[in-house]
Amino acid sequence: MERVISRRDILKTLAVSVPAGSVLSLIPLQAGQHAHEMVKQEKRALPTGQYSPKYFNAHECATLRSLCQTIIPPDDQTGGAIEAGAPEFIDLLTSENEEYQRRLGGGLIWLDATCSQRYGKLYLDCAPGQQKEILDLISYRRNAESNPGLQTGVQFFGFLRRLTADGFFTNEIGIKYLGYRGNDYLAEFPGCPPVPEG
Amino acid sequence: MVKRACDKLGVLCVPSRLAILTQPLNGRPPCHYCDQCGRGCKTASNFSSSQVLIPPALATSRLTLITHAMAREILVGQDGKAVAVSYIDKRTRNEQQVRARAFVVAASTCESTRLLLNSKSRLFPNGLANSSGVVGRFLVDSVGSDGAGYFPQLERMPAHNHDGVGGLHLYMPWWKFDRKNEFLRGYHIEFGGGRSLPGVGQFHGVCEHSEGYGLSLKEKCRQMYGTRIGFSGRGEMIANDQTYCDIDPNVVDRWGIPALRFHFKWGENEIKMAKDMQETFRAIVEAAGGTYVTRTEASGENRYGISEGGEIIHEVGTVRMGKNPRTSALNGFCQAHDVKNLFVTDGACFVSNPDKNPTLTITAISWRASEYLLEQAKSGNL
Repeated sequence: MERVISRRDILKTLAVSVPAGSVLSLIPLQAGQHAHEMVKQEKRALPTGQYSPKYFNAHECATLRSLCQTIIPPDDQTGGAIEAGAPEFIDLLTSENEEYQRRLGGGLIWLDATCSQRYGKLYLDCAPGQQKEILDLISYRRNAESNPGLQTGVQFFGFLRRLTADGFFTNEIGIKYLGYRGNDYLAEFPGCPPVPEG
Repeated sequence: MVKRACDKLGVLCVPSRLAILTQPLNGRPPCHYCDQCGRGCKTASNFSSSQVLIPPALATSRLTLITHAMAREILVGQDGKAVAVSYIDKRTRNEQQVRARAFVVAASTCESTRLLLNSKSRLFPNGLANSSGVVGRFLVDSVGSDGAGYFPQLERMPAHNHDGVGGLHLYMPWWKFDRKNEFLRGYHIEFGGGRSLPGVGQFHGVCEHSEGYGLSLKEKCRQMYGTRIGFSGRGEMIANDQTYCDIDPNVVDRWGIPALRFHFKWGENEIKMAKDMQETFRAIVEAAGGTYVTRTEASGENRYGISEGGEIIHEVGTVRMGKNPRTSALNGFCQAHDVKNLFVTDGACFVSNPDKNPTLTITAISWRASEYLLEQAKSGNL
């Protein structure tokens, strides 16, 4: 009987940060596609066609979606993090991983608390200029050196930025954006174009 | 690009040999260059014993395959010959036995060792075929250290399918055999990179380096995509007496079978080898016009980026062959000195570590051992 890949399996492989054996080992990297596939399966199975969040509450989901889309926005040819399913990807992984729960859940709370202190509103309710101001601060490590109070936000944002990149670039939209042309059937391999000199 | 840099430096760089078909053979089609070997080859173009050796053996109708079985121990008779394998049926969780006239153990290096060490009896109190005490000792894994370079010229490559055959295309076999080095033995270098299937973690480096967010970050990731080439040095470890495996007295697996416990220490020779690897990677990257992006420490836990023992997963040596039954467990035909009808034909029988990649040698050794076994059986010597 075939064993269905469980959520736990996916997270176990994704938790291995460095491939062993040789530089060409790919299994942990490809587990990202399994996570996207699981989100898709759920959407197909439910009558609403929606993915139902496993960890984050409604407010956290909304904040997460906004942040992800700001980190990797759409452009005139390609969608952004939301179109690529990055927020669902992140929610799925977080639902099974306590470290992610601490870092993201805690970070979202930090962000809302900090915005409340600075602007009197939660992040989502802030004006675009205010949102930009706070993100500009926490998206660069050097800002925490001059202002240690930002350290939590900087670490949270760095972590979220990496996860958003993971979710975006392992999705078809991201893969197409990069111009990846492999994993194809070829009767013969013609070789690569020459490397441009200079 | 990398080859030209190697030529400049006098580092040997050649096309690699792979167990992947380029022409049809015995009903297996040739490779179609999907580069998904790591997920299992759908067409059996890439060799694996399950797809290439088992089906023809089954077709002879003289092979019985018992699946869902976890071998627990090999039982010996009064005459010191192996008589049966006791195994756990994983579905019923009951113990079963298979009797036979000869036994070939090929459970992979450490599992074969574990099976022998767990097969204790009055005749073999230290484990089957272990009167020498070497079973579990002389454990070696490849010396590993990795590095990477960023190559700006690759930013201008057009989008293209760069896959080719899965696995290595070129590699650098040990080339400094003609001179005295700071260390004994040698290593080879595997390398690869470029426009591969995007995966988790791929752009963490870009994120950490560029920081910020938004369209500029998105575009930076695309700009950087395909510009990185990684290098992995894999070398020969010299066995030492602090590196071995034995049975853990406190841990059993879910089938009640005692587990192995590992003791591992790199010697100074291996550390010097890792240092040489790092220096070589940097030289190649810079000769090719790139920037070496890896940093390692000369002191601390992973000096010169040396791998964790066992991390390179090509361990061999723990049931070594040799002429002297006091210092080896098997003869040159993989036959146990102590138990004439027992053979061990996987990486455990090696006496030294061939950098890495023992499979072809294992298949050759086990073919030779099998012919000998057959000839001995026909002569009634088993």
